[in-house]
Order: sequence, then structure tokens, then C-alpha cells
Amino acid sequence: MPPTRKVSPRATFGFLVLIAAVAGSTAAAFAYTAGWLSPHRLTPSRMVAGFGAPSAANLGHRRNHAKGLCFTGSFEASGAATALSRAAVFATGSYPVIGRFNLGTPDPTAKDGSVRVRGLSIQVKPPGGQEWRSGMINAPFFAVSTPQAFYALLTASGAKDPNAMGAFIEAHPEFKPFGAWTKTGPWTGSYAEERYNGLNAFRFIDAAGAASVVRWSLLPQVPPVAADPASLGAGGPDILAAEITKRLEAGPVRWTMQVTVADPTDPTADPSKPWPADRHTVNAGILVVSQVQPERDGLCRDLNYDPTVLPDGITTSDDPFPAARSAAYAVSYDARTAEAADYPRTVPAHGEATQP
Amino acid sequence: MKATASATDVPRRFTALQRALHWLMAAFILAMLFIGVGMVSTVSQRYLTLVSIHKPLGIAILVLVLLRIGVRLRFGAPPLPADLPEPMKLAAHLSHYAFYALMLAMPLIGWAMLSAAAYPVQVLNFTLPPIVPQSDTLHSLLWTAHYTLAFAFFALILLHLSAALFHALIRRDGVFGAMAPVPGRSAHRV
Repeated sequence: MPPTRKVSPRATFGFLVLIAAVAGSTAAAFAYTAGWLSPHRLTPSRMVAGFGAPSAANLGHRRNHAKGLCFTGSFEASGAATALSRAAVFATGSYPVIGRFNLGTPDPTAKDGSVRVRGLSIQVKPPGGQEWRSGMINAPFFAVSTPQAFYALLTASGAKDPNAMGAFIEAHPEFKPFGAWTKTGPWTGSYAEERYNGLNAFRFIDAAGAASVVRWSLLPQVPPVAADPASLGAGGPDILAAEITKRLEAGPVRWTMQVTVADPTDPTADPSKPWPADRHTVNAGILVVSQVQPERDGLCRDLNYDPTVLPDGITTSDDPFPAARSAAYAVSYDARTAEAADYPRTVPAHGEATQP
Repeated sequence: MKATASATDVPRRFTALQRALHWLMAAFILAMLFIGVGMVSTVSQRYLTLVSIHKPLGIAILVLVLLRIGVRLRFGAPPLPADLPEPMKLAAHLSHYAFYALMLAMPLIGWAMLSAAAYPVQVLNFTLPPIVPQSDTLHSLLWTAHYTLAFAFFALILLHLSAALFHALIRRDGVFGAMAPVPGRSAHRV
């Protein structure tokens, strides 16, 4: 047995203090990293809380773009985008898609005709295990330049103070074109007639490793017909869901995926700034939507359309939004999957049903 | 000091391989916990960078812990000092089991959690297969486990660190020296 060298009581006390200091400072560094000592840090949870406390109706639903319906279809890649990106999804071919039509509201019971922002999300899975997820909206540009400004917008629009929005716009003048679009932008009576814009800039990497900064949009092949929001409201709370369901009974609906390449001088880090209309574009393929399913039992229900789920050949750029969206969507996903009992399915999920 | 016959029979230190694994994994795991808690606290571009480190580092820890379990079963551990009070011996043994369980479980829970959410598990340039079916209930359970156990893991590390320093500075009984990267005085006093 080794003789234990005696440590004086005074030294023992000193060492205990030292040990407590080491453990305490490690814990403090951890707390700082977690943001617990920084109440003003814009955490993903704070961002999501900006949409307001979830109502009983919202439990189990997405925290924003809460109302929607699932669709299945395919992405028919033309092969043209292979010049820009080596992603398998752009090689000529047909790849399965699980998508979601949605409305930009935290309220899953909102009336379809009342929501200004409409969205379309897709998950495209070419063979090989990689996939591409993207969420797009019908606005031609985003409301604000930064995630911090978006949080300020959420705070101002939810504030009781009647001057809050005015103060917000004063501080964020980039919001004005979006504000004007919400008032004067055209309305349509169908998800099928909308153009959906990715808005965020990403990098396409080609086979040689060269990068281009791009944005993408889905251009409807159905000609848009201007609709009056008032008459949409008269058509019932689910008029858009009913319309697309009926339309698809007659056959698939298509969009052309257009990729726009930025010039070196274009603002790539700010989705509130559209690029000039004469930029080089490539038609990457056709999105074919074949069938819709109610979200409650649909394949899109438990998918998180995280815009940073990207295949090899696409990466994020200096646009700050995809990272913020990814972080916030994860919070929303974690919350709603924990609330699944509040939004029960009517049939078992994911192949748990008895096989015929 | 001249070693007695019994002292040469009984190893006083972990093998060099065990010590290397311990310190490498200590760095990885501490980094992992800070990355984990840091990444969920920000909406900045750092979020994506941290997530892209978190996943491969987790898989690296999983591979290392499998190796480490094999090495531990092969080489064992030096005995604790005979005069160590029984409750402390029990705490030491239990904490080792807890460490191995957490080192093994955390990467698997993380991987399973992503699988249950139908996220592609991309690690560097590889896509790992899902290890559980897609399920919202399972995802929720695994997410809660991953989150809760991360804090338990950090608390255990603080306890382990404090105990190691207690052995090194106050008891000076060779326990710290058994795992020290280089032999210290306490490890030689046998």
C-alpha cells in the first residue's frame, strides 16, 4: 500500500477551493455557450416563440406555415442544370417528390382566402441516398434582410403598440417593397397558378468544383388568373385545398423549375433584394404534382422541409436565412412531434398499416 | 522506492493505449457537449458549421468507444487504493459504467433520432442508413433522451473532473496518476 502523503488542512482547503473553481468555471463556460447568460441572443427557440404561443389548435402543427396539404409527384430533371451543379437530382431523369402546399400563417385553422403568403415545399429523392429539400413562397422577394430583422418583424407585428410596425419599418426600410406587395400584389384562386420563389441564395457546385450562386423558382405552367381575395373568402375556409384536389382529379399540375445565376455584383446575402431580370437562367426540370393527401395522414406531415438538407452539388451561401430557417424549423419539428397526440392520425403512419 | 513483488504483479496505471483513448475521447466529448449546447442556441451561420461537426464527431466517438470497450475488457483497470472508503469506491465503479453507457448511447440516440425524423444522416461525404423507422413518437422520445442525457453527461464529467483533482491534489493516492498522460510523482509512489 503506498503511503499517502499528508496534505495540511490549510492546503486541503485551498485545493478544494481550486477544484470548485475549475468545475465552476467549466460549468459557467457551458452555460455561456448554451446562451443562458445571454438573454438577448437570438436563439432558435426565441425565433419560434416570435410567432406567438401556440394555441390549442396549433399543437402538433408546424409553428409557421401551419396550414397545408401534402402532395406526391415527381421532378423531371431536364439535365440542363448539370452544367451548374453536379447534384444527382439535376441529371436527366424522373425522381420522386413528397411535397406540401401551405399557407404562411401560424394558424392551422386560418381561412385559405385570408392568407397572403402561399408556399410550396419539396423533398426530391434521386437514387443514391442524397436528397434535396426546399421551401418556396409566392412573394417575389423576402420581407427583410436578416434573421434578426425577421424577429423584429415578428415582434412588431405581434405587438399591441399601434406604433410598433411604423417603428419597425423606419428601422428596416427594406420591408417597404414587401409591404407594398402584400397590398397590391396579385392574388390567384389556385395553388396551381402561383409562382413559388426560393428567395434564398445557394451555391451550385459543378463537376469540376466551380461554384455559381443561384436562386430558384417554380414557374406555373397553368396561366394565372387574377382573383379577388373577397370572393376567395366567400368560397369557404378550405377553398384552395378543395380547388387543387379537384384540379388534380383531372390530371397532374406542372411547374418549371428555373434556376437564376447571380452576377458577381448581385446581392447574394440579402433575400429582400431581387436580382435584375436579365440574369442567366436555366430550366432545371419540371415539377409534376400528381396527388394530394390531407396533411393529417399525409407523407409530408412528419417531414421537416429544412432548406439546408442539400445533396452534394448544392451548398449554402452567404445568405444568412437557410441557417436560421434550419435552426428554427428544428425547434418547430421537435415541438410538434412531441405534440402528435394533439393532432392524431386517422390511419397508422409509415407503413404500419397491414399490408394487403 | 523499491517496488514490492505484489506491486509489479498488479498494474498501477492504465495501458498507454487506454490513456491515449481516454484523453482523446475526453477532448472529443467535451467539445461535443459544447458544440451541442452551442448549436441549438444560435440562428447564425455557426449553426450549420456546428451541426456539420457534431455529426461526424459523434460517429467518431461511437467508433472510439467500441474500441475502448474492447481494450478495457482486454486490459482491465488498475485497482483502486485499498484505503479508499467504500462509498467512494462504489461511486468510482458506478461512474465508469455510466460513462461507458453514455458514450455508447449518446451517438446511437442521436443517429436514431435523425433516423426517426427522416433526416438524411450525412456524415462528411457519406450518408448513413437509418437505424430506426420514421416515427414522430420515437423521434420525440429520442430527442428528449438526447437532450436530457447530454446534461447528465456534462454533470458526470464535472464530477469526474472534480474527483480526479481530489485524488491528484488532496488524496495523492495514485488514482490520478493511473490515467495521467505522462507518469507523475503520485503514480511512482508505489
